[in-house]
Amino acid sequence: MAWREIIYQYDGSFEGLLCCVFESYTKKERPTAILRDGDDEPSLFEIRAVTTDRAHAQRIYRSLYKRSPEVGSFLRRAFLTCLPDKEMAIYRFIVKFYREGAPLLSRLSDDTYLPLLKAVRQLSGEVEQFRGFTRFSDFDGVLGAEIEPKNRVLPVLRRHFCERYHNETFFLYDRTHREALLYSGGVSRIVPLNHFEMAQPDEVEAGYRRLWRRFYDTVAIEARKNEKLRMTHMPKRYWGMMTEFQDESYFKARPKETPSASPAPGAPAAIPAPATRPEGAPPAPASAP
Amino acid sequence: MNLLDKLTILSDAAKYDAACTSSGARRGYQEGKIGCTSTSVAGCCHTFSSDGRCVTLLKVLLSNDCCYNCKYCVNRCTNDTPRATFAPEELAELTIEFYRRNYIEGLFLSSGVLRSPDYTTELMIRALSILRSEYRFNGYIHAKAIPGTSPELVEQLGFLSDRLSVNIELPSEAGLKLLAPNKTKQAILRPMTQIRDRAKQSKQELVKYKHAPRFAPAGQSTQLIVGATKESDLHILNLTQALYDSYRLKRVFYSAYVPVVENTLLPALDTKPPLLREHRLYQADWLLRFYGFRANELLDDSAPDFNPDLDPKCCWALRHPEFFPVEVNRADYEALLRVPGIGVVSAKRILVARRSGALRAEDLKKLGVVMKRAQYFLTCGGRYASPLKLSQEGILQNLMAVERRALPQAEAQQLSLFDQVG
Repeated sequence: MAWREIIYQYDGSFEGLLCCVFESYTKKERPTAILRDGDDEPSLFEIRAVTTDRAHAQRIYRSLYKRSPEVGSFLRRAFLTCLPDKEMAIYRFIVKFYREGAPLLSRLSDDTYLPLLKAVRQLSGEVEQFRGFTRFSDFDGVLGAEIEPKNRVLPVLRRHFCERYHNETFFLYDRTHREALLYSGGVSRIVPLNHFEMAQPDEVEAGYRRLWRRFYDTVAIEARKNEKLRMTHMPKRYWGMMTEFQDESYFKARPKETPSASPAPGAPAAIPAPATRPEGAPPAPASAP
Repeated sequence: MNLLDKLTILSDAAKYDAACTSSGARRGYQEGKIGCTSTSVAGCCHTFSSDGRCVTLLKVLLSNDCCYNCKYCVNRCTNDTPRATFAPEELAELTIEFYRRNYIEGLFLSSGVLRSPDYTTELMIRALSILRSEYRFNGYIHAKAIPGTSPELVEQLGFLSDRLSVNIELPSEAGLKLLAPNKTKQAILRPMTQIRDRAKQSKQELVKYKHAPRFAPAGQSTQLIVGATKESDLHILNLTQALYDSYRLKRVFYSAYVPVVENTLLPALDTKPPLLREHRLYQADWLLRFYGFRANELLDDSAPDFNPDLDPKCCWALRHPEFFPVEVNRADYEALLRVPGIGVVSAKRILVARRSGALRAEDLKKLGVVMKRAQYFLTCGGRYASPLKLSQEGILQNLMAVERRALPQAEAQQLSLFDQVG
């Protein structure tokens, strides 16, 4: 491959990243960096925008699949992680994988493979945590929750919550990546959502929140108190969104709605009803299978 | 009495039960039903209380109005404590609403003995069948079978629950006689036998008929209180092993005795719960279930208790120098599991990784092997992983130094006091 310093810029989707790989092999060059659209770093090197072509992405995906059926889903997951410069890490891995084939997947201590492997393990761990630590609230029959994950967990969490709330309507908002998982009537979708604010609870909801906090405080055994152990299992970064750690205002119901025209502050209008989907919203990028 | 007060009394009374997992059952989602446990093979922790214990289930008693007088128990009839009983509908609705908010994975229902074991179990059955058939709850249910309940009722309970458990409470019959005069060994073992046999039968029926009702599909578990009576660790571990072998238990839980009531037969109220001992028992329990160890390998009559300074696996390894070193590139899975610092996950990774080339010492750390422990027991391609050649005594000192850092500081102080007395 020629030594030409070049930087790729892609649209931020998994397909787009595969197209960067395609570009690099057809042009016989190696990028020094892969940036997302909008990551405008001043650079001395040439920046080329790589357009996303599904056919190209599919050729790469199939060629990977041919060498190993597992590698595709692994890379999709790796793409959801918060690994710094994950694009280049994935690119380098694919290059090595083309060279060495499936045996690379069993070299668990390989320096190109291991960082991705660790990032994916961390993602799986975080998904596991959010299965338990996510707290939903009932807004007139619609369940809603917010989370603040490090990795993009929604595509991986989707299946779990869609099965758990099979007969419900719910939404789950990812504050870090500004996207929401919407589910209603057996159909789920992940859509970008820039601004979101949770509505205040009604009296019934506030009542259950109080019951839960009381239960939580009661089950602890004073003689066994162990803050360090609790923190190991449930790091503080999760606490911010959990019912049991909220301050007093979280357990107060919103004032009863008056028949007057002025809507109560923070009325449920702030909740997007999952049944009505924003028309023409761009499809959620790269959903894991 | 309002629901908040009831919940407070009945969860406070249930909190000493250690079991709180939702593992072992697969309930796929169903049209018209609420919930499932399909994706959680290993269970799902929903929060951790300030004592660091996992909270998975809504753990409550149906009633704490107990007619028994077990000396160690807060709910014993002679104890002056507020009493409450859930109405079945009330409990069902609470469970459903907690479940919908993702607070819990299901219900853990136990109870004090209200009037008689049969009467109590009937109440539990009523609450659970309302939850299952009226509220269409499809999540996890763990129910306590109360010793002395008639077999027909235990059977009904089993078809409503995912897991049943009978608490052994005290690890010996003498202990039972002393502290729980209303319970006998026979009364505890009878429902255990029944649950084992019925679950086996149910599995066979399922092979024949796909929709045969499932009896306690997540099996049964039990709990032992550690430190209320004088049994040795060896006694407890042998009992555990017998329970796994002959009663096919899924789990044995250990609960360090927390003094809640004053009695001359019991440890004083200011006794600290033996948490380190409980920890060592759990470590040994894991060794029995996942590492292929037997109780008599870990402890014997000459050393009937665990060493507080070192974990059971390291102790075993130091007593068996003839087994080591283990060659990482050739040893089988069972041998790898016996090396301190190698766990189930890292042993499996070693098996995968060595397929595509010989492993070196520096690879092992990347695979998750804890080299601080493992280095003294491993060779990679014939060479010792440790740069130093130490005597048994030297290894012991180093391992204990590693262990000391892992233990909470309070425990270490407690130990040094103990040493001075002894």
